[in-house]
Amino acid sequence: MSAGAATAKKQKISVPFDYSKYLRAGKLPHIWCPGCGHGIVLKSLLRAIDKSGLEKDQICMVSGIGCSSRTPGYVDFNTLHTLHGRAVSYATGVKLAKPELKVIVVTGDGDALAIGGNHFIHTCRRNIDMTILVYSNAIYGMTGGQFSPTTPQGSMSTTSRYGNIEPSFDCCELAKASGASFVARGTAYHTQELERILLRSIQHKGTSVVEIIDSCPVYYGRQNKFKSASQMMEMIEKDGTVSVKQADRLPPEKVEGKLLRGILHEAERPEYCEEYQRLIDKVHGK
Amino acid sequence: MTEAAKKLPRIVVHEKLCKGCSICVDFCPTNVLEMKGSIVAVKNLEACTRCQLCDLRCPDFAIQVFD
Repeated sequence: MSAGAATAKKQKISVPFDYSKYLRAGKLPHIWCPGCGHGIVLKSLLRAIDKSGLEKDQICMVSGIGCSSRTPGYVDFNTLHTLHGRAVSYATGVKLAKPELKVIVVTGDGDALAIGGNHFIHTCRRNIDMTILVYSNAIYGMTGGQFSPTTPQGSMSTTSRYGNIEPSFDCCELAKASGASFVARGTAYHTQELERILLRSIQHKGTSVVEIIDSCPVYYGRQNKFKSASQMMEMIEKDGTVSVKQADRLPPEKVEGKLLRGILHEAERPEYCEEYQRLIDKVHGK
Repeated sequence: MTEAAKKLPRIVVHEKLCKGCSICVDFCPTNVLEMKGSIVAVKNLEACTRCQLCDLRCPDFAIQVFD
């Protein structure tokens, strides 16, 4: 074997990603149940942050209340664990006070879309520079499995024992209609695709919303007769979604009823902090 | 096949972190892993293709594949 070939071989050697540099020492094992997708999403997020090249001190992670909102407890960034549904409001304050920080909001479907729905749509409207990650597991996991705005119609939950009669929210359509300039959807099953989407959302200037479909095997899964976490991942995240790139080429019957995955909307709009600074300069006569 | 190609990977399971959800066992394309009680264990290391899917999909930071 020549020296060149040996070097090429050496470069191929895979070393697992070292998550420990972004995690607080001694905090693992985390609180999430066996099979919960939140851990998979956190790993994708840490890999995306590593690729973005941001320093740990440049990031502020803000969360509300819920299973997903426990994430800031494990990561070694500037972190803030706030009120139920009000994570984006706190994040707005952080961003306005320190515009140089990269603000990442970690929130759940119930936290962002129900309890804090109002805060969510107005943050999207302002287009303030932050990344909002909505972990959508279709249930309120922490409080015992009540139905949430993303629980599919007909699904069982603790508060809908005969099936949920409410139609569910489409988080991405809501964010797009409210004015968010980057809207995407990923799943915990497609970890590497999610990593790429998260990297793009972190690099985007303006409000970026990423809905991440993951699964709650303990409350949603058990009540809806799923056998295991992996079965949920296959049925909901793999078979229940279709890539936005493939959707045009597939026959309509294969796309119908499935959620689109990938970057759904990207636009250039004036960013709130910059507009605010411009206003200050104008008033001061600069 | 050269000696280097035959070299087996090293799969590390952090038993204190594994919660036994069996996601890695179910998604391993070559059936390398198995459940031993409530913890994952390596059954057939020779079949491992180093695809890292177990590492990528483990929610608990509990499994790693070293080349």
